[in-house]
Amino acid sequence: MSNKQTLVVIGNGMVGHNFLVSLMASDIKENYNVVTFCEEPIPAYDRVHLSEYFAGKSADDLSLVELGFFEDNDITIHMGDKANTIDRAAKTVVSDKGVTIHYDKLVLATGSTAFVPPIPGNDRDQCIPYRTIADLDEMKVAATKSKVGVVVGGGLLGLEAAKALQDLKLETHVVQFGPRLMEAQLDDGGADLLKQKIEDLGVNVLTNKNTIKIVDGDKLKHKMVFADGGELETDVILYSAGIRPRYEIAADCGLEIGGRGGVAINDQCLSSDEDIYAIGECASWNEQIFGLVAPGYAMARTVVAHLAGDETAFTGSDMSTKLKLNGVDVASIGDAHAKTPNSLVYTYQNGVDGIYKRLVVSADNKQLLGAVLVGDASGYPTLSQYYASNIELPENPDSLILPSRSDESVGLGPDALPASAQICSCYDVSKGDICTAIEAGCTTMGALKDETKAATGCGGCAALLKSVLDCELEKAGIEVNTDICEHFAYTRQDLYNLIMVEEIKTFADLIKTHGTGQGCEICKQAVGSILASYWNEYILQNEHLGVQDTNDTFLANMQKDGTYSVVPRMTGGEVTPEGLIAIGQIAKKYGLYTKVTGGQRVDLFGARVDQLPLIWQELIDAGFESGHAYGKSLRTVKSCVGSTWCRFGVDDSVGLAVELENRYKGLRAPHKIKFAVSGCTRECAEAQSKDIGIIAVEGGWNLYVCGNGGMKPRHGDLFATNLDKETLIKYIDRVLTFYVQTADRMQRTSVWMENMEGGLDYLKSVVIDDKLDICDRLEKQMEHVVETYQCEWKTTIEDESKLKRFRHFVNSDKHDENILFVEERGQIRPANIEEREHLLAEKV
Amino acid sequence: MGWQDVCSKNDLQPNSGVCALVEDQQVAIFYMPDNNAIYAINNYDPFGKVHVLSRGLIGDLNGEPMVSSPLYKQHFSLKTGQCFEDDSVTIPAYAVRIVGDRVEVNLAGEQ
Repeated sequence: MSNKQTLVVIGNGMVGHNFLVSLMASDIKENYNVVTFCEEPIPAYDRVHLSEYFAGKSADDLSLVELGFFEDNDITIHMGDKANTIDRAAKTVVSDKGVTIHYDKLVLATGSTAFVPPIPGNDRDQCIPYRTIADLDEMKVAATKSKVGVVVGGGLLGLEAAKALQDLKLETHVVQFGPRLMEAQLDDGGADLLKQKIEDLGVNVLTNKNTIKIVDGDKLKHKMVFADGGELETDVILYSAGIRPRYEIAADCGLEIGGRGGVAINDQCLSSDEDIYAIGECASWNEQIFGLVAPGYAMARTVVAHLAGDETAFTGSDMSTKLKLNGVDVASIGDAHAKTPNSLVYTYQNGVDGIYKRLVVSADNKQLLGAVLVGDASGYPTLSQYYASNIELPENPDSLILPSRSDESVGLGPDALPASAQICSCYDVSKGDICTAIEAGCTTMGALKDETKAATGCGGCAALLKSVLDCELEKAGIEVNTDICEHFAYTRQDLYNLIMVEEIKTFADLIKTHGTGQGCEICKQAVGSILASYWNEYILQNEHLGVQDTNDTFLANMQKDGTYSVVPRMTGGEVTPEGLIAIGQIAKKYGLYTKVTGGQRVDLFGARVDQLPLIWQELIDAGFESGHAYGKSLRTVKSCVGSTWCRFGVDDSVGLAVELENRYKGLRAPHKIKFAVSGCTRECAEAQSKDIGIIAVEGGWNLYVCGNGGMKPRHGDLFATNLDKETLIKYIDRVLTFYVQTADRMQRTSVWMENMEGGLDYLKSVVIDDKLDICDRLEKQMEHVVETYQCEWKTTIEDESKLKRFRHFVNSDKHDENILFVEERGQIRPANIEEREHLLAEKV
Repeated sequence: MGWQDVCSKNDLQPNSGVCALVEDQQVAIFYMPDNNAIYAINNYDPFGKVHVLSRGLIGDLNGEPMVSSPLYKQHFSLKTGQCFEDDSVTIPAYAVRIVGDRVEVNLAGEQ
């Protein structure tokens, strides 16, 4: 018998799930059998970013649940089943489907519902609350037969919903009951500017509009009638006018309820029953209901701590927030409305650049009480630290919002922050946590993110994290040596720039002018790769041969027994029957082991070095060319069969894959590069796990960048949507060249992205907005590579002097007698040590 | 025994290696024309347990000429055969010289 207690969690939304994750990361998880109810048909997902569902993200992308989470942690989840009643005397929960579970501890995370204003006609067809993925699917259907959409509610979520309507290509209106947008977070000045910016994006904003009824429209489906006599016709109405806590189940079993609804809780998040907690939007703490996720997560942590016997109190949460609304930066901190008695206000308004900033400070001018930033939220990290850590303001607080017109920096140096200062609010990582990790050896952004999770949520604190890292390293006297190796006091990027600017064409010239010694496998391989990327000369030319990596030197992949594998290119995974037969015949003739690779082509193993030219002669005669499987270069462009054959295909994924593979084949890079193209959002080609992933959608091609499978999987970031082919190729040219130019050696695009300051937004600004004014050069560079492509095997075979190297002994035609195979499942494999000894003994 | 004729100087691969068969021994010979330096060590990689060292990248570390194994990248001194990463591992190093247009190896002679 287990003496574990049973812990039941009602609700698997963002907060309910965060509670489970926190619990499973704690020592007390062993004490409980955990059961959870999830009313929706899918487990927890990111409600904050719902609008991305229309910008190409799928329900899977929005999911917050790591694969296997429930199974691995032995959590029983009742999916699509709503907990219906609680019997506090018997300590049981009964669900809609009739499941009865006894609990020892119960956590209510029932969340909230979208508030639907009580207007006659509010439940007409295509009038939808904006809250769940099911709501989004309903919107999608409605949008197909609609031209105009209205969002009721101009708060944070309402403006997100407006973006969703725009993404669905509807004429979009926002109807706000009150006088300004984002009433809770912004003052009049900030809200006015936000309204202007949102309107510039093509959204019509109506404020002070009290809708009194919704009736049949004259031209469109509905007509909204306002108290001031105005009217607005529309096809779709979305409600996003705030939330209402869901607490019926708590009220029914007699738990104390807050004055504005919600389950009343104390500082430990306990309800009036000492075995029942409530967290998130269903809870009422000090008569406050928090409609943001950060306080919900803080409550979840409080409950885990309390279960572990720790009385840490939930102390409320500040509603500070920073976000990008349709590309407009908005941030709000603390008492934005200056409600604190005797508070003072500083305002900066710049009508030319569209910037509004406001500081609310204490009567003695020393403490920051609140702030509003619209149009430029770059000051948010500094200001929120002044606010949250109660740091004394500088003598002239307005210097924090006035534009700096000299080199003098007015930001708060990371050194001034106390160890308790919270750097990452998504994962509650303090400066102290970060310093501990740095001391333990995490001296790069990548390592620091891995260790602390900081900057891996919204990513908003990445710049601050970097500055803390730099500052701590400097203080510790650790000079971060970024030299590539002892032979060059340069980074890979420096070497790339030297080669480009000084037009250096060989390793020998580079080391003579900028390095010392003879070089090593690190710098030679890196420089060999840069030279190949930039000049794209034949890599086995005498002056380049000595700097190539193991596999490049023989244009094949060395295996553990010293033999090689051979991979002919099959663009897009497409191969004719004749081609397949030729490969089969060649493999048979040379006794090679054949295997289909993950990149949709055939790998031939067990070739001796002297056999490579013979095999390639036959492959080339059969119409194949080098697959560059040996190079740190473009490998394959995987594809699904696409619209040509597939009943669901939206576009010709194979055709595009073949075209892209032919364009980028031979491109050498800091590491290998893989592409995939899917013909529809079912994503059979798994494009989101590739360096470059492309998915066909109704409006064109969606481009994902910097994904990875392998050891550390990473979903690609959605880079741009609905592209035509020409723009798509232009963006890929630029992204790849920028990667080749700026990445570290042996750095895949995924890690490159993780380490890039500014991340995805920065890459977009370089590639799409041409912020650095280099796009023209990036494209020309790629054009050069495309134009100078050659099949390296064809060049090699045609050059007698190059073939001389393809023999094991320079002074004998014998083979290496130590290469021995045995048979397994009808094919060869390398003999293991015992088998080899046995076979060698037989020979003698 | 003694100095054995192996191949012509033209058969060497500048800034890289070749493998020669000398009295049933596989000998990796490396040639750095800029310093007019030539080195010979056994071709057997004791970590990968196969005969591939002649295909490794060469260079120097702290001034010591070395080859990096093409399999798992351990470094071996071209002068002594000593492994840089593991003191207990040494591979045979041989005397090698260029005489006129010919390359000669002496398996008995240490470098």
